[in-house]
Amino acid sequence: MKYLANVTSLKFFSDKCTGCGRCVEVCPHAVFAMNGKKAAISDRDMCMECGACARNCAFGAIAVNAGVGCAVAIINGMVTGGEPSCGCGDASNACC
Amino acid sequence: MRYAVKPGLYAVGNPDRDSDVFVSANYKMSFDILRRALKGMNAWILVLDTKGINVWCAAGKGTFGTDELIKRIGASQLENTVSHRRIIVPQLGATGIAAHIVQQKTGFRVYYGPVDAWDIRRYVETGYTATEDMRRVKFTVWDRLVLTPMEMLPALKIYVIYAVLMFFIMGMKPSGIIFKDGLADGLPFIFLGFLAVLSGALVTPLLLPYISFRSFAVKGWIAGLVFTFLGIKNISIAAPATVFSFLFFPLASSYIALQFTGSTVFTSMSGVKKELRFALPIYMSGAFISLALLVFFKLNQWGVL
Repeated sequence: MKYLANVTSLKFFSDKCTGCGRCVEVCPHAVFAMNGKKAAISDRDMCMECGACARNCAFGAIAVNAGVGCAVAIINGMVTGGEPSCGCGDASNACC
Repeated sequence: MRYAVKPGLYAVGNPDRDSDVFVSANYKMSFDILRRALKGMNAWILVLDTKGINVWCAAGKGTFGTDELIKRIGASQLENTVSHRRIIVPQLGATGIAAHIVQQKTGFRVYYGPVDAWDIRRYVETGYTATEDMRRVKFTVWDRLVLTPMEMLPALKIYVIYAVLMFFIMGMKPSGIIFKDGLADGLPFIFLGFLAVLSGALVTPLLLPYISFRSFAVKGWIAGLVFTFLGIKNISIAAPATVFSFLFFPLASSYIALQFTGSTVFTSMSGVKKELRFALPIYMSGAFISLALLVFFKLNQWGVL
């Protein structure tokens, strides 16, 4: 299953990549693959912007506008003018 | 009911200074799945305070996060409990954990374990290596089915209000609200509304890979259109009501289906934003025109127009 094409905010700066392989390891959708001594984006449209790769890149070679792809959260954000929010408090476990 | 486990260090079997340390969330179900997967092994479980939320969702919110892990390693005196410097964090926790910062601050190296806890044994036996398959998150028809009650429930709450409203609107006569007319004229709309809920909250999620187009709004609209068509074939309603039905119910199904983006494992925020920019104006104008049609239908029925 693939979501919309050409929408992800994922950016990869090859010059900063040291080839440690963390991004390949953490991505649940195989967006990254090793290409020789460096990582490379192999399947861009599979990116769900979870942000695991960027957070685990110690060298700042990955940037992504991470967030939850939840319609209600995004409508909430549009209405309140802030960041997308589920509207569920910290104590709630009803949604993510 | 309590779904939270007390954060801290737990033992599985009889762990010693060489035993592995697995990190988990303090959502009872996450903790229990890990405990069951580790059955027969001797290991430590370090439970983070994620406010009773599962690993992936908590990682997205940041409660299953770098700071909490560093704090919990310190508070449980993990460095005195084990002699190695290896902690195994579920792969889906990576969204919240910066492995390099954890290592800098605590000396513990983060090993990302498999997505699915059931693969942990194989992961450990093969020297902490996960196969390609263990690294992928899956979304089977079963995974989608168990999520549908949480799609149906909020939709049904709104549906009940809709059904009562439809009953009163259809029963409204210049002479007052006629119960018999409310039932006779309202039931087709209440029936079609229920089909829209089914198509958006149950059928679209289940048939997700088989309905054309990648947009959830479009998938939901197509399913809604098919259901409205099948529904109308089996009931008799007036021509203006048919126009209303083909406009309103597929859009309702589309809106409900779009909510499922929040539960899948592959939709992105940028993608949902794009869908909403496209779909929201259509929903709003669709709702407005539907309302106008309904008023026209009523006035026509009363012989005013």
